[in-house]
Amino acid sequence: MDLDRKLALDAFKTDSKSHILIRHELCRSRCTRRYCLYVCPAGLYRYDEQRDEIQVEYAGCLECGTCRVACDKGAIEWSYPRGAYGVQYRYG
Amino acid sequence: MEKLDAVVVGAGLSGLAAAYYLAHGGLQVIVLERGDFPGTKNVTGGRLYVGPLRRLVPELLEGAPLERMVTSERVTLLSQEGSTTLNLRSESFRAPHVQSWTVLRARLDRWLGDRVMEKGGFVIPQKRVDGLLREGERVVGIRSDGEEIRSDVVVLAEGALGLLCEEAGLRRPLLPQEAALGVKEVIRLPEGSLERRFGLSPQEGAAHLFVGAVTQGAFGGGFLYTNQETLSLGIVVGVQALKDHQEDLEPHQLLESFKERPEISPYIEGGEILEYSAHLVPEGGWATEIRPYGDGYVIVGDAAGMTLNVGWTVRGMDLALASGRLAADAVLKAKQEGDFSQGTLAHYHRLLEESFVLKELRRFKNAPKTLSNPRLYADYPSWLHETLKELYTVGEGPRDSVGRILWRAVRKGPPLGRILGDLWSMRHL
Repeated sequence: MDLDRKLALDAFKTDSKSHILIRHELCRSRCTRRYCLYVCPAGLYRYDEQRDEIQVEYAGCLECGTCRVACDKGAIEWSYPRGAYGVQYRYG
Repeated sequence: MEKLDAVVVGAGLSGLAAAYYLAHGGLQVIVLERGDFPGTKNVTGGRLYVGPLRRLVPELLEGAPLERMVTSERVTLLSQEGSTTLNLRSESFRAPHVQSWTVLRARLDRWLGDRVMEKGGFVIPQKRVDGLLREGERVVGIRSDGEEIRSDVVVLAEGALGLLCEEAGLRRPLLPQEAALGVKEVIRLPEGSLERRFGLSPQEGAAHLFVGAVTQGAFGGGFLYTNQETLSLGIVVGVQALKDHQEDLEPHQLLESFKERPEISPYIEGGEILEYSAHLVPEGGWATEIRPYGDGYVIVGDAAGMTLNVGWTVRGMDLALASGRLAADAVLKAKQEGDFSQGTLAHYHRLLEESFVLKELRRFKNAPKTLSNPRLYADYPSWLHETLKELYTVGEGPRDSVGRILWRAVRKGPPLGRILGDLWSMRHL
């Protein structure tokens, strides 16, 4: 099963504001490996070539924090979604 | 809001255990939880070892919604082409002092939250803690949604990432080599097929770990736990390994490949995926040495790095429940003395040392290093499989004797000295 269909099985309550902020200037000036594109279990990170920036679809975030731990440039400002927002696991 | 006795950050196992015993001791305690209910942000593999907890948190086990008692322990070493499985079944796993049960956290944690409320504690959901209030070094409360809540003590039960602790400088950030990512599916099977496929009676459960090709030789493995009506199926892989291998090791793809293995697919055939989840596991062991107390605060559970992976057994939830209980005992003592300084709360550390929690964490503090050996995940599973396979292969010509097969295996395999060295390093696991 592909990722989008799998994520659609989960219950999300999406905030209007992202809880993940990318510091593009750090990505551009320091990052060559772009770990974020590979480590996210929800595959939420994309590289937009035209704009030369990393984009993240925060709505499907499973809140594991792997991207934050993996990024060694400190370019991912990651907090938990505000109370009542984000993924709501029904089994866990 | 007037000053409370205690604020607990996070309604996971450690936070709820702490809150329960604080309320039990007559303290005014609230638990702040960012999810809709306790458990909605929590994920386990998983299995809870209740044996060590019998005397420590009996009230939290009696009547708890556990899934199945594990009576069958299985481990499979996967090579690219095949696998070798050990299936250990024993009636002795039923003994109360060594029992373990599979669990699902949304159910279990919500039930525990209700127990806390019954004791007079308040579990407040949908509330994220945004920061800690400090006066000098002392933690004096929390900030949430622009509101300040002051308390004598803050119990930091915020989970593996430890964001608040990190921000306040109470612990250093989790490093990629100290963290593993767990990715899991909960799968519902047609009625009765779980028992048939795993050879279990209706009350029995199986725990099945997989090592080797599931992570393509990187630190980690796969797991399969039988719940009452569902299976928990997933993989765990080191964050550093994910970084090192990049596109060759995308977590979702690893899980999909794992599910396609002939060792797995018959178990889940016809099953319906109910949920896809992910969570980090602290894997640094006690070598990370987070000091779990200070002026006005204690740190419990995953946030304090209290997990123990020694290969055969993977623990965290029992340590979380125990640490929450012991933290509560220390806070109750501090309340009695009217002193919540570091010196008094150090009692929590002493209680941890006297309990199984720190005894076990200390004994196995080198386990992460031993288990980071790549040969355990790449060379040995294949080598064992290739060797044993020869014993069972019958062709046209005469098969070699066991002695010759073993001799060839020794010559083909890693140098004998290295194997002995690896075995020697594993003696403490």
